[in-house]
Amino acid sequence: MKTLAEMDYSVLQQCMHCGMCLPTCPTYVETKEERNSPRGRISLMRAIADGELDVTKAFGEEMYYCLGCLACTSACPAGVNYAELFETARAEVEKTGVLASPKRDAIRWFALRLVFTRPRLLRVIGRLLRFWQVSGAQTAFRKLGLTRLLPANLRKLEPQAPAVMAKFSHQLIKPVERAVAVKRRVAVLTGCVQDLVFADVNRATVDVLLANGCEVHTPPVQPCCGSLHAHNGDMESARELARRQLELFDPFTFDAIISNAGGCGSHLRHYDHLLADDPVYAARAGEWSRKLRDVSEYLVEIGFRKPTGAAKEGTCVTYHESCHLCHGQKVSRQPRDILKAIPGVELRECAEATWCCGSAGIYNITQPETSSWLQERKLGHLRTTGATVVATANPGCHLQIENGFKAAGETTSVVHPIVLLARAYQAESAL
Amino acid sequence: MPQGYTELPGELVRALGEKNVLTALEDVLPYGFDGTAALKQRPLAVVFVHDAAQVSAVLKLARTHRVPVVTRGSGTGLSGGSVPVKNAVVLCLVKMDRILEVDTANLTLRAEAGAITQKIFDAAEAVGLFYPPDPGSMKISTIGGNVAENSGGLRGLKYGVTRDYVMGLEVVLADGSICWLGSKCVKDVAGYNLRDLFIGSEGTLGVVTQVLLKLLPKPAARQTLLATFARMDAAAETVSAIIAAKIIPCTLEFLDRKTIQCVEDFAKVGLPRDAEAILLIETDGHPAAVADEAAKVEELCRAHGATSVRRAADAAESAQLATARRSAFSALARLRPTTILEDVTVPRSELAGMIREVEAIAAKHRLNIATFGHFGDGNLHPTILTDERDTEEMHRVELAFADIVEATLARGGTITGEHGVGLAKKGFLRKQLGDASHDLLKIVKRSLDPEGLLNPGKIFDL
Repeated sequence: MKTLAEMDYSVLQQCMHCGMCLPTCPTYVETKEERNSPRGRISLMRAIADGELDVTKAFGEEMYYCLGCLACTSACPAGVNYAELFETARAEVEKTGVLASPKRDAIRWFALRLVFTRPRLLRVIGRLLRFWQVSGAQTAFRKLGLTRLLPANLRKLEPQAPAVMAKFSHQLIKPVERAVAVKRRVAVLTGCVQDLVFADVNRATVDVLLANGCEVHTPPVQPCCGSLHAHNGDMESARELARRQLELFDPFTFDAIISNAGGCGSHLRHYDHLLADDPVYAARAGEWSRKLRDVSEYLVEIGFRKPTGAAKEGTCVTYHESCHLCHGQKVSRQPRDILKAIPGVELRECAEATWCCGSAGIYNITQPETSSWLQERKLGHLRTTGATVVATANPGCHLQIENGFKAAGETTSVVHPIVLLARAYQAESAL
Repeated sequence: MPQGYTELPGELVRALGEKNVLTALEDVLPYGFDGTAALKQRPLAVVFVHDAAQVSAVLKLARTHRVPVVTRGSGTGLSGGSVPVKNAVVLCLVKMDRILEVDTANLTLRAEAGAITQKIFDAAEAVGLFYPPDPGSMKISTIGGNVAENSGGLRGLKYGVTRDYVMGLEVVLADGSICWLGSKCVKDVAGYNLRDLFIGSEGTLGVVTQVLLKLLPKPAARQTLLATFARMDAAAETVSAIIAAKIIPCTLEFLDRKTIQCVEDFAKVGLPRDAEAILLIETDGHPAAVADEAAKVEELCRAHGATSVRRAADAAESAQLATARRSAFSALARLRPTTILEDVTVPRSELAGMIREVEAIAAKHRLNIATFGHFGDGNLHPTILTDERDTEEMHRVELAFADIVEATLARGGTITGEHGVGLAKKGFLRKQLGDASHDLLKIVKRSLDPEGLLNPGKIFDL
């Protein structure tokens, strides 16, 4: 892994500090201090590369205060590759250990090295969590007031734990499913959180692809894509997981590889860059990146069939853009095209639709204050639209927004746009 | 380090509170630059203030300890006006960002100096009024910074620059006294016009803390046209023809081939990548007048060799094109690591000749120069695309810059149309102004800032 001093200096130099990123950066808007802005952070990275600054604890904290939402990359006329700078900087923070503490190290090992590298173990944990949630244990625990015994940060997080589904993706989707008339061959990536908590989104993804002439391959056990690792400074694990993914799917045999989670897709698209120096996998990774598509993007690209079945009469929907779908993958119009194609759906635009909701991977755990400030800001804009349904295409955003509405006792529902499309297709047979 | 420098941060903390004073390396490094290329200097400390009284307290402390003060808004300036000097305190006004009053009876708006230009525009528009100055960085630039640099923008041709909209200022002087200059009166000739003295003074005479702005009624209609040319000359001649036909569009912008390609790479608004030049023209006002002007402008474009003229379909498309144009400077950074932007302005009759001269200078010094700018104002932004780490090339950049200035002055032009002198252009100022005028600047500076602590070394050296 190259350090800031070793990396291509022109990536750092690309920032000409014009300040166009400032008004789009949530942390800068929160504090109005340059250090908390994209160009400020880049200037610190460059100072490290120039030997004017060491990798200090304050630098490390700053890199983790950044949401990694990449809004700056959409705003940047100069085309700065902030994603690469940010991942390099976080990796260096981890390598130098300026933030290390026994507790932090243990949590990182458990999450990054243990759970999110072993899909079967993750499913076991999911099963246990599901049992806890449906057996009445959770309810009893809460009623008895035992949550008070939890440490403060866990106590705040406990109600946010996502409801695990009864069936995971492999129980809902066969390894290969074929449309009546097959025109395309695609692979579907089921993700980690998506697999446990939103297996229905994965099922809907397969359904809409089937409805559009695809032969859909969905291997039952899939590794984590490594985005969590790359965003948290563990590039070694990220590369290993990418290799495993490329072992499982041969990109040369598919027309497209489909992701339905904004955060995963943003990382998955860059396997070419991640494995550029890998003697064995570089070519495969290149082909993979050429074929990787977000599901909405792919459907629009192939000219998806407009459904004739209505979702529900007069459903008023607003669309919240996942940061890594709109800023990371530049997919912004397509999910709206899909929503607008559904009979009965009225799409109402929301202010700051491209702003982060505060979920940002595990940011809501590491920076709860900024996260909840962003959550409130987001909910406010969503409410203003008067929409009863919020469509969004990333599990983190989905949970963050859903939890926000739930905590406020509101009934606004959150749904993946593809689920609405799948329902509309389903409704056709009832016509 | 002189003693004052070690004592001052502690006293600033006592005056402003701990969270408003930054001294840690990680905190102050990002204040070492503004939007200007290749200039940087780490400050001693950065302070945030919330009202004029706090500004006054900071200036008094700085005076006691003889520490220089560099005032800063969002740090988007393009002449080094807010780049710190050595051991300076950066006085940052971004947290004074309230719009205090929109007076629809008098068509004025009063805001704190740190208010964002875009927010001022929006606040006016919300009540059917219009604040015209629109510098490229208006999304984040502060009104105080606009006043300090007397910023222009795309609408300068018809509507003028920041100065034309400032009716009053609250200014804190070097000794800490707070004064109000100007009023809401349309006519006001009481005493010297000191308000104008502070506009464009680049933080060297005092600190602007509040601004009273004039607003206009919002134009009822606007129409944007995009004309494509196969030759730069043809575009320049079209501009002269439009002006000669006694048409003053609101905006008359020019982009050359390199700029078109970079802007299109970023903004994807359908600019013609293969064009040698484009003109972005906007007319606004009464609907009938707009329709008439747009038709005449289109005719003139075609008569002078435009290969196509596209009309924006609606307000959204117009806004998109203007936003794309505003990104031109930053978008050019896609080509080379360092982007050195010039701001020379010539009388409009000299435009075509000046463009040719810039091309010749680029060839002479073997440099990559892209040009865009406010053609209607004669305001060019030749942008030298280079690499600050290449000392040999940077030397050629200096020579080319000097040649561009020389050519500009020979044509009766100015070294800066809207970005200010700052650090970047002070070496050329005496040549433009002449000895007597240049010395007059120093007389004014000494009388208002006898200790020379306000943004020292900017515009000129004492």
